Amino acid sequence: MLTMIGKRLMFAIPSLIGVVIVTFLLTRALPGDPAAYFAGPAATKEAVEQIRKKLGFDKPLIEQFFRYAGDLAHGDFGNSLTTGQPVATEIRNRLPASAELTLLGLIVSIAIAIPLGVLAATRPGSWIDHLCRVTTTAGVSLPVFFTGLVLVYVFYFQLGWSPAPLGRLDVFYSAPPTITGFYLIDTLVARDVEAFRSALSQLILPATTLAIFSLAPIARMTRASMLAVLASEFVRTARASGLSPSTVIVTYAFRNAMLPVITTLSMVFSFLLGANVLVEKVFAWPGIGSYAVEALISSDFAPVQGFVLTMAVMYVLLNLVIDILYGVIDPRVRLEG
Amino acid sequence: MKRRDFLKSVSGLAAGAVLPAALHVISPAKADARSETLLIVSEGGPNNLDIHGVGTNVPGYEVSWNCYDRLISHEMKSGPGGVPYYDRDKFKGELADDMKIDDMSVTFKLKKNAKFHDGTQVTAKDVKWSLDRAVSVGGFPTFQMSAGSLTKPEQFVVVDDYTVRVDFLKKDRLTIPDLAVIVPCVVNSELVKKNANEKDPWGLEYTKQQTAGSGAYKVTKWTAGTEVVMERNEEWVGGPLPKIKRVIWRMVPQAGNRRALLERGDADISYELPFKDFQEMKANGKLNVVSLPFSNGIQYIGMNVTKPPFDNVKVRQAMAYAMPYQKIMDAVLFGLGNPMFGASADKATEVAWPQPHKFATDMEKAKALLSEAGYANGFETTISFDLNFAGVNEPLCVLVQESLAQLGIKTTINKVPGANWRTELNKKEMPLFTNVFSGWLDYPEYFFYWCYHGNNSVFNTMSYKSAEMDKLIDGARTAAAIGDKSAYDADVKGFVDLAFAEVPRIPLYQPFVNVAMQKNISGYQYWFHRRLDYRAMAKG
Repeated sequence: MLTMIGKRLMFAIPSLIGVVIVTFLLTRALPGDPAAYFAGPAATKEAVEQIRKKLGFDKPLIEQFFRYAGDLAHGDFGNSLTTGQPVATEIRNRLPASAELTLLGLIVSIAIAIPLGVLAATRPGSWIDHLCRVTTTAGVSLPVFFTGLVLVYVFYFQLGWSPAPLGRLDVFYSAPPTITGFYLIDTLVARDVEAFRSALSQLILPATTLAIFSLAPIARMTRASMLAVLASEFVRTARASGLSPSTVIVTYAFRNAMLPVITTLSMVFSFLLGANVLVEKVFAWPGIGSYAVEALISSDFAPVQGFVLTMAVMYVLLNLVIDILYGVIDPRVRLEG
Repeated sequence: MKRRDFLKSVSGLAAGAVLPAALHVISPAKADARSETLLIVSEGGPNNLDIHGVGTNVPGYEVSWNCYDRLISHEMKSGPGGVPYYDRDKFKGELADDMKIDDMSVTFKLKKNAKFHDGTQVTAKDVKWSLDRAVSVGGFPTFQMSAGSLTKPEQFVVVDDYTVRVDFLKKDRLTIPDLAVIVPCVVNSELVKKNANEKDPWGLEYTKQQTAGSGAYKVTKWTAGTEVVMERNEEWVGGPLPKIKRVIWRMVPQAGNRRALLERGDADISYELPFKDFQEMKANGKLNVVSLPFSNGIQYIGMNVTKPPFDNVKVRQAMAYAMPYQKIMDAVLFGLGNPMFGASADKATEVAWPQPHKFATDMEKAKALLSEAGYANGFETTISFDLNFAGVNEPLCVLVQESLAQLGIKTTINKVPGANWRTELNKKEMPLFTNVFSGWLDYPEYFFYWCYHGNNSVFNTMSYKSAEMDKLIDGARTAAAIGDKSAYDADVKGFVDLAFAEVPRIPLYQPFVNVAMQKNISGYQYWFHRRLDYRAMAKG
């Protein structure tokens, strides 16, 4: 299995090199002149030239690329001009914020969608099937920023139940010492219950927003896959043999229905990372998505390249994990396949 | 992991996960900390804590203003609506105790008890090093210094430990005011030199991340794009000790959320909200909303005068009659701006800037002028705007487009991304566009020098060149330097009249800076840089 993982990682290298080249060229091809942007509103032409020189943008493209590639090899992603920080540090600090939010959103979504899908499949045409259909359609048709704003409006502005949408912690709490970067875990490790409560209550609305958005594919896929499995012959045999309905559904049918659901989960996870960008904007969440968008707006090359590269690496790892999971769930699926 | 274990754990997860959304927690209010803390929310934050840095953005200026001292600063006067407004003509010492202006130099005596945040004494060599740095680092700071004829390190002379002299290269009325802007701040030279290296002789990398000044506040925590935390400097001698102990400045990108935070009472102060929000908040009276005009600032429609059809003065005048001025004031700004149009025909030109011109919306006159110019059937053109300020620019351009359509002028709207806007302006190829210019130094000749002079700076966005205009502008600058009031007045009136007669750009209105704050916040002051000065603010 280890050699298989190694092999898979080897295959990923050409795609990563491709990503490096394409992002480099794409960011250079974008309209806009970062030197003019950062020279500020009152700059003269000479001032713009001075800045261009300082940033190294006066060099030929190929030289810029090799310098960039060399820096990458040393783990240096360059410096962001908008935030003034090294990109690697920023991504390291911000990735856990996005990951915590996305994972929690995904967990909430799974917790609702899978039981809903299973129930809908076991009782097709019943009220729960309709509920499943309505919820998922509604969830997927509402844009995330809209859901987010409505939730803020209702639960923060009108009802006052939720804390101010000001990022990961209440303004007057200090962040726990970084261990995993996940505040929910770090605050518990630091035994700071108040900060844990604050972090959790800050997470509820954005995680719910993401969950609502991702309910549909998971629930629909679970339902469809369960329906197919429930109609198959081994389920009929199990039922005929007098096994209890719960054993039939959970042990036999559900396990076999999992494969397509897992594939969907990996897809949902990737597009949740994308949807994150908007949720982070709405909730002032210091995550990686809002960082990349800010950078893109101001033609700040380094963070955009760093972001795309990080995402590419994450997708490669995610796909690897999914492939391994297939093997674990269904012994018929072999990694060589 | 074994297959069965995994399956069990997944089933367990699916069956047993509890929805955390069901429980909600309200964190207890930390009342003590709140009463001494100012919580600011805004869209963007600083990218650099040092205004001398490469590409420091405007929020960065706010940090510099509050965390560094300058030799001198401005006195306050009562502005529009009784709001304290900086007094352009009156200076007071900040690090300097005394300022003596001679014919070709100015001498400053430093306060002997002034200390940097790390406890070292502020001395004349720190002042010289900092001013040398400002004129040497290049980019915006050096440019700003040159606006006051401060360009060479030799101009800054250490007389003794507590005395500094600034020599003038030439007589320039803007030299002293230029020493009171944000750029000539005094930096802890020993501390920064320790952290400088050959590649970075001015230590810009060090001051980017931390403040090394003697100002009323110091940055204790900065997470770029998220928050800035500043604590009061208890030893500050630049003025009376500020009342606010701690400033927390959070970046909240969503304008709607910023308003919600204000209305719920969670945030103390915010700016950069849509005009409609300010208008509504003003009307409902729960918050204090301060709206003040930008000093020396105008939003305008510019026309490229080097190319047809706008090379024809009749076409430009027709455009000036075709602008939907009042609609822009009502529908775009919700009244939050000073009209710069429609002065009565017999109004005498003032020695002031900005002042309204005499054009008003009059489609008949516009049509007549257009046919005189040979464009009776109109023409096709493109109007461009900066997407960074789309909230104002987009509706404004749509209104202009509608209005011009009545004259048969077909206008396409071109939205330029913020990062690209400077480049586009610099190319000077856009035929028609809207933009804002406002100068830190509030003098008519300063504005005209940048916007109308034939040396064609970036802000002469119209590429307007006129020998007569240059003569008047240069004349006013010379007259101001030597104090010849009658010549100065005549020249200023002259260039204002000429600008209105030839209309290379059509002034629309003077924009307002809008700030919304809780009722218990007092001490807001208007500064030429339009950012917040925490030093005068109080809570409760």
